[in-house]
Amino acid sequence: MSLTLEDVDHVAALARLALTDDERERMRDQLASILEQIAAIDELDTEAIAPTAQVNQLVNVMRDDVSRPSLSQAEALANAARVRDGFFEVDSPLGGDPEAG
Amino acid sequence: MSDPTHELTWLGAAEARGQLDRRQISAVELTEAHLARVEALEPELFCHLHVMTEVARAQAVAADARIAAGDAVAMTGIPVSLKDVLCTTDAPTTAASRILEGYRSPYDATVVARLREQGAVFIGKANTDEFAMGSSTENSAYGVTRNPWDTSRVPGGSSGGPAAAVAAGEAMLSLGSDTGGSIRQPAGFCGVVGLKPTYGRVSRYGLIAFASSLDQIGPFTRSVEDAAIALEAIAGHDPADATSSLSPVPSYRDALTGDIRGMRIGVAREYLVDGMEADVERSFGEAVDVLRGLGAEVVEVSLPHTGYAMATYYITAPAECSANLARFDGVRFGLSVEAPNLREMYRQTRSQGFGAEVKRRIMLGTYALSSGYYDAYYVKAQKVRTLIKRDFDEAFATVDAIVAPTSPTVAFPLSARTDDPVQMYLADVFTIPANMAGIPGVAIPCGFGGGLPISMQVLGRAFDEATMLKVADAYERATPWKTMRPPI
Repeated sequence: MSLTLEDVDHVAALARLALTDDERERMRDQLASILEQIAAIDELDTEAIAPTAQVNQLVNVMRDDVSRPSLSQAEALANAARVRDGFFEVDSPLGGDPEAG
Repeated sequence: MSDPTHELTWLGAAEARGQLDRRQISAVELTEAHLARVEALEPELFCHLHVMTEVARAQAVAADARIAAGDAVAMTGIPVSLKDVLCTTDAPTTAASRILEGYRSPYDATVVARLREQGAVFIGKANTDEFAMGSSTENSAYGVTRNPWDTSRVPGGSSGGPAAAVAAGEAMLSLGSDTGGSIRQPAGFCGVVGLKPTYGRVSRYGLIAFASSLDQIGPFTRSVEDAAIALEAIAGHDPADATSSLSPVPSYRDALTGDIRGMRIGVAREYLVDGMEADVERSFGEAVDVLRGLGAEVVEVSLPHTGYAMATYYITAPAECSANLARFDGVRFGLSVEAPNLREMYRQTRSQGFGAEVKRRIMLGTYALSSGYYDAYYVKAQKVRTLIKRDFDEAFATVDAIVAPTSPTVAFPLSARTDDPVQMYLADVFTIPANMAGIPGVAIPCGFGGGLPISMQVLGRAFDEATMLKVADAYERATPWKTMRPPI
């Protein structure tokens, strides 16, 4: 399994991570080595096997549609870096950076 | 060992309950003894990221009042440490990450709330690998925890802090989380009991999520009986966790009869891998002989897909982690780095806030879920997961429990594996299959090699912790390991 620095950059962009040059190279080598180990499962024939995404048998667990106590606005905002008028505040995702958001 | 205060820190929860209720000791004395032990050992061991001294003292006074009123329950006055991935309102909750430095949760995790309601005493928030990702606790952003049996070695991980705290007598019991072995493996390295319940047995609400289909909270204790007591205290349905089970919680203690005559116990040849240390192989073999001597019928079972569990795990867990950790974006909580625009703020916050292993797993998971690779990695892994689960279903059709070594090695030296992620991941090769299948497992001491604890895990059928604990308890009664104390 080989990975290029471009692969690393693509995944880092998806993951919203800014990597240093050192990190990029280390990530390329270490991910390649991990992916090599992971490739072991390719030898299994799973054509007729259904996937298991979770192991318990619960399906579509719903609660009654009634209101119940929850965090107050002040509690929900207490850990935010920027707050304005009772909302979380961020820079506009529009303008300045076409790729933002 | 003649110091009577120090003796209090070796009591188990069952014994302490009796002594508290008979007023032979008070919760305040018990708490002060543990806080003194914490103060003496923390400079060397660093089990805790935050010691909750004032909270503990207030809880101890309240516990004594409750005991005096005749209102005590199992956990009243019992000193407990909490892995720092469990949200706690009256202490910081950091997941041992810079991105959550100083974070105060506005709510308690359900397990924390349950212990609080029962009058437990919170000693502190225990160290872990960052976001529970690791096998040695060396990925903590705040420092390494040392193994009480040999301070040049790791305590295992990710729940190294909770494991070492119980091993060293800093806490009577502790709670950790197990995604691929993060309770059982450090329990093994530290010579204590570590229980991973069935997926869905214990509410995950308020556990900072790593891999949501695998994560499960469970206790560390110094006896199987205490593990049974602790599980009873935290298990059960929780409307706030849709994956928590409605099945009733039995009395696990009632299962501890010591009698396993006629029970069928499986040993899987797939667990006898290359690279297993000779002492581990020897101790495990002797443990199986003990079970046989107790009247159990030991039979060989086959779990043919065991060798694929590691690969399946290192797709599934990073994939889920990359989705779960997307919430750390500098907006609602945690670190927020100033930057010229929103996208840069996200990138800089996450890059400065997360450590190397967390970034590695986010990258791996993002890759496995990315367009063009999703079917080859994520979907394929979920299919193999079906095969691993089926192996256990078939084995448990013929046996009541399965035993295996907890880890192929004893605790390794600090820094020995930090440069090689693949070597580090191999520390969990025996514990991962149970998470993939969702079944319960309990690690118990089964001997020593070079002065370091060796551990065996007992695996059970889903929601049959009782049978698994019965086997573990019978073994514990027949062997001397429970009485061994670390030299520290």
